[in-house]
Amino acid sequence: MTPVWRYGRPALVLLLAALAVGVPLWLVAVTSAKPQAEAIRPNLDLPRHWQPGSNYQDAVSQGEMLRGFVNSLLVVVPSVVLVLILGAGAAWVFARRKSKLVSAAYALCISGLLLPPAVITIVMELRQLGLANTRPGMIAVYTGMYLSTSIFFMTGFIRAIPMELEEAARMDGAKPSRIFVRIILPLLRPVIATATIMVMLYAWSDIFYAFFVLGGGERATLPLNLYQVAGAQLYLNNWHLVFAYVVVMSLPMVAVFLVGQRKIVSGITSGAVK
Amino acid sequence: MADTVVRTRKQPSAPGAPKEVGRLPRAAVHHPWWFALPAIVVFAGFFLVPNLLNFYYPFTNWSSYHADIAFTGLDNFKTIADDGSLLRAIRTTLLYALLAALFQNGFGLVLALLLEDDSRFNRFFRAVFFLPVLISALATGYVFQALLDQDGAVNAVLGTDVPWLGSPTWTLVVVTLIHGWKWMGLSMLIYLAGLKGIPGEMLEAAKCDGAGPWRTFWSVRRPMLAPAVTFNVTTALIGSMNTFDIVQATTGGGPAASTEVFNIYMFRIFGQGLYAQASAMSLVLFLVVVAVAIPLVVGLRRREQML
Repeated sequence: MTPVWRYGRPALVLLLAALAVGVPLWLVAVTSAKPQAEAIRPNLDLPRHWQPGSNYQDAVSQGEMLRGFVNSLLVVVPSVVLVLILGAGAAWVFARRKSKLVSAAYALCISGLLLPPAVITIVMELRQLGLANTRPGMIAVYTGMYLSTSIFFMTGFIRAIPMELEEAARMDGAKPSRIFVRIILPLLRPVIATATIMVMLYAWSDIFYAFFVLGGGERATLPLNLYQVAGAQLYLNNWHLVFAYVVVMSLPMVAVFLVGQRKIVSGITSGAVK
Repeated sequence: MADTVVRTRKQPSAPGAPKEVGRLPRAAVHHPWWFALPAIVVFAGFFLVPNLLNFYYPFTNWSSYHADIAFTGLDNFKTIADDGSLLRAIRTTLLYALLAALFQNGFGLVLALLLEDDSRFNRFFRAVFFLPVLISALATGYVFQALLDQDGAVNAVLGTDVPWLGSPTWTLVVVTLIHGWKWMGLSMLIYLAGLKGIPGEMLEAAKCDGAGPWRTFWSVRRPMLAPAVTFNVTTALIGSMNTFDIVQATTGGGPAASTEVFNIYMFRIFGQGLYAQASAMSLVLFLVVVAVAIPLVVGLRRREQML
C-alpha cells in the first residue's frame, strides 16, 4: 500500500462522509432549531436565535406526533411479529419437505420478492372485506407484502441447520410444535434480527401503501402526519417544523440500529451473498 | 394428532393408535402442512388475490362516479395510451430504475472498497454511511428539497441559481442520485460481505504474479463479487421501479411530469377517483416488472454460474 493511499484513504472517507452525510444531517439539525423567519430559506448557517425546544414542541403538538407514533407502533409491531412467526412456520415446512407441491408453494410464496403489490385492487378487496381504513387491514397488507422476504431468508437459513438436531428431539418424543418452538425458533435468531429491522424499516417509513389503506385522519401513521405537516398550505415553508418532525421520527430507527448493529449487519450480509 | 403419529412410529405396537395414520409419509408427520398454512393464507389473500383482481378491474369502469362496475374492455388502456401517460410512465420508470440502480451500486461499491479493512475507523464510518438507509424516504426527500430548492442551501453555499429540481431534463437524474444516496449503505454492506468472501490466498497469489491494485480488482475481485452484484442489481432495479416517497417529496412528479413514475401517476389518478384507470396503470407496472425481472434474474444467475 502506497503512503499516499494510507493517508489519502481516511482523508477521502472523512471528506465523503462530511459532504454526503454530514451536510444533509447538519441542515436538518440547524434548521430544526431555527425560528420560522430564518428557516424559510433553508441554509447551513447556525441559527441566530436558538429555539429547538419550542420547535420540537410545535412539531409534537401540531403534527399530532404522539398519536402518529402510537398509530405507527400499532400497525408496525403486529406486522413484524406476524411476518416473523408466519414466515418461520412456512419456511420450516418449505426447507424440510421435498415434493413438487412444496416447491410450487415455496416458489409462489417468494414471488412477492419481485412482484409489486397491486395497491389499487388491495383497496377494492379491503373495502369488500370491511377492512378499508382499519389497522387490521393495514397489518394484513404489510404482512402479505413482506412475508416473501422473511420466508426466503428463513428457508435458506433452516436448510443449513442439521436435521440431526430435530431428530434428536424427536427421539425424546417432542411433537412438531415443540421442536419448532424449542429448536427452530431459537436457531433462527440471527435471521429474525435482520428480518425485524428490514420489515420495520420499510413499514415504519412507508407512506405509499398507508395512503391507500389507512388514508389520513384518526389512524394516520408518522409518515402520513409528516406528509400533512409538510404538504399543508398552512405550514408551507415551515422547514423548522418539518425537520424537527424528521428528527423525532427517525430516532426510533436509529436507536434500533445502534442496539442491534452487529446482528443486523451480519444478518443482512449473510443472507444476500449465497 | 401429529403427536400420536410420532409415537406410532417409535412404538408400532402402541395400543389405540389408528394404523392408517402411521402410514402417512414421514415428512408429513414431522413437518406438518399446517405450519405453512397461515403464511400461505395471508400471502394469497392479501398479495396474490389483489394481483389477480388487477387482471380484471382495469377492464371495467370502476370509479367514484359510478355506483356499479361494468365491463368496458380496453377503454382505460386506450385513455392512458392516447393521453401519452402510459408511454411516459414506462419510460420514466425504466430510466429511473436504471439510473437509481447504477448510482446506488456505484456509490455502494466505492464505499465498500474504501472501508474494506476491519478497523475501528472503518466500522464507524460504515455506520455513518448506513444512516441514510434508516431515515425514511419521505424525510430524505424533504431534506433534499431543502438542499436543492432554487432558494435552498446548495445554491446559497455555491452562490449559484441552479433549478436543481426544476429542469424537465435533468431533475430525473438528480432524483435518482438522491435515491442512490438513500440506499447506498445497504449496497455497501452487501459488497463488503462479498469482498470478505474472497479468499486471502487469491489476493496474495495475484500480488505475487505482479498484479497492481487495479489489475487485482478487475481480474480477481470483480468476478468474485458476482453474487453480490446479482443481489444488489436485482433488488435495486426492482425496488426502484416501486419508488414513490422520494419523488413525491422532492418533485411530486414534476416538472412537466418529467419524474412521474408509475406509483406517482397511480396516486394522482386514484385521488381523482378514476380507480380503474389507476388499476390499469398498476397492471402495466406489474407486467413491466415481470418483463424486467425474469430475464434479469435468469441472466445474472447464469453468468454467476459460468464464473
